[in-house]
Amino acid sequence: MGAKPQAMIDQNRQHEPETVPAPAVHPSYLRVFMTFAHNSLVRDMTFRSNFLIECVTSLSWMGLNLGYYLLIFRFTDSIGEESGWGEFQYFVFLATTLFVNSIVQALFMPNCEEFSELIRTGGLDFALLKPIDTQFLVSLHKINWSALANFFFALGLLGYSVVRLPELPGVAQVLLYPGYVACGVAIMYSLMITLAATSVWLGRNQSLYNFWFYITNFSRYPMEIYRGPIGGPLQWVFTFIVPVLIVVNVPARLMAKPLEAQSWPLAVFGLAAAAGSLWFSRWIFTTAMGSYRSASS
Amino acid sequence: MADFHSSMHGSAAALPRRNPLHTWWTILRISIEERLIYRGDFALGTLMRFLPLLTQIFLWAAIYQAVHPRETIAGYSYHEMVAYYLLTQISRAFSSMPNLASQIALQIRNGEIKKYLIQPVDLIGFMFLMRVAHKLVYYVVAFAPFALVFFLCRDFFSGWPDATTMAAYLASLVMAFLIGYFLEATLGLVGFWFLEVSSLLFIYMLFTFFFSGHMFPLDMLEELGGPWATIVRVIPLQYLAYFPAAVFLGKIQGADLAWGLAMQLFWVLFFIGLCRLTYYLGVRRYSGYGG
Repeated sequence: MGAKPQAMIDQNRQHEPETVPAPAVHPSYLRVFMTFAHNSLVRDMTFRSNFLIECVTSLSWMGLNLGYYLLIFRFTDSIGEESGWGEFQYFVFLATTLFVNSIVQALFMPNCEEFSELIRTGGLDFALLKPIDTQFLVSLHKINWSALANFFFALGLLGYSVVRLPELPGVAQVLLYPGYVACGVAIMYSLMITLAATSVWLGRNQSLYNFWFYITNFSRYPMEIYRGPIGGPLQWVFTFIVPVLIVVNVPARLMAKPLEAQSWPLAVFGLAAAAGSLWFSRWIFTTAMGSYRSASS
Repeated sequence: MADFHSSMHGSAAALPRRNPLHTWWTILRISIEERLIYRGDFALGTLMRFLPLLTQIFLWAAIYQAVHPRETIAGYSYHEMVAYYLLTQISRAFSSMPNLASQIALQIRNGEIKKYLIQPVDLIGFMFLMRVAHKLVYYVVAFAPFALVFFLCRDFFSGWPDATTMAAYLASLVMAFLIGYFLEATLGLVGFWFLEVSSLLFIYMLFTFFFSGHMFPLDMLEELGGPWATIVRVIPLQYLAYFPAAVFLGKIQGADLAWGLAMQLFWVLFFIGLCRLTYYLGVRRYSGYGG
């Protein structure tokens, strides 16, 4: 609730009787989220054909992408010399990319797109007046269920690839994998909500959305490919400043490659990067809300 | 609606006529001025569009390292592969038509298309000039970012091609623009039959991305076996990205080049005809109500 402008809170207080304290409202975030999910599903099922077409088209897109990499592996055994990213290791990487992207697209993408419009049109006033955390509300109120089609595609691809790896992953790797996928989702969400929140200052930020798409494009390939006088600095920037290279690389490496001593610093850094990104995005969001001056009449 | 259309044209003929060239020139000039409003966004957007290319360069560098830096893949050395990706950016700058089909479909759906039926202005010609204006402004504004990227990547090119190849390249780019325009306009005009064409456009976008050669040189499909290589050679999508880039790199020469240009011209004429026919049939079945 710290995200609400002070003027609005003061205005609300004027209407409260002085002797009776306002009852503390503690909404159940899980129940609210389940309601959002249910409502979104009802809306999606109202247009079933559209839902099915969206699922089929995104699966076709993934199928053709997979075809592209299958074609590449007709000409090479690995991506990078002795990088360890052979065909099936790379497909684990691809499946991880799909997991992260499908979750981000299902949960956050439609909301963050709408968030900029809410700021521009002044519709955010209604969200600020609700007795629930504004960031939670604007981040999760709509769920794009059809984006999860790729999640199931990724499950199939992961299962198919893992059993073909030269060395099967251990129990620890399998248990840690979902946690690191969640860290990847957290980093992507942080980047997205940060860019969306900047609409408060910029008015409109269509270019910034393109920027998000182009920046996250770097996360789609193993970090080993970024080498040389340009690749080296890029790898550093996208690992330590805008940690998009951590998003897929850490969980995919954990699953596809044998655990080695030198993998652990990156794994620990992955956790720190996720926590740091969430903290930073929260700070930007609350600062942006402090600067929000309703655009409605 | 068609009768109404023809009667309106009849009454327009009674008015003092302006030079049609003057009308078209005015449309082009207004469209150029409209486009120039967003020139800053244009330039920034163009520069950003090269970022995915950067990841492709790193990806292919890693692949060639694994194979052998001096090996070729489907007849392309590493330098030629990167040059190919750079050249497809130019091809797509000519052949891609952002929002054209969806804009036409929307105008059909919300009835805005009525204005073209009652005014002595041809929809396809009007949209064509708007697109020419869009492209002219794009080339002027995008020249600097393109020049910067190509200058930085100049080592990937072995030099300028000879005059004949260069002329063929320019002709293929112009024809890529014409195919792109008339193909996408036709897709938009399908809106006369299906009010919502977004799924159709997504399928088109999907196939264009993979089978125009935007994603990889189509020569790679030759080594795959099966019918894929033949299919992509037969359908016209290769002329939107692959063909001009392959011509510049000297991958298509002599009789193959002449045949390729002739086929590209055939597809230009085919889509002009198809677009006109679709519009004619669409207007005949169109019904507009209300104001």
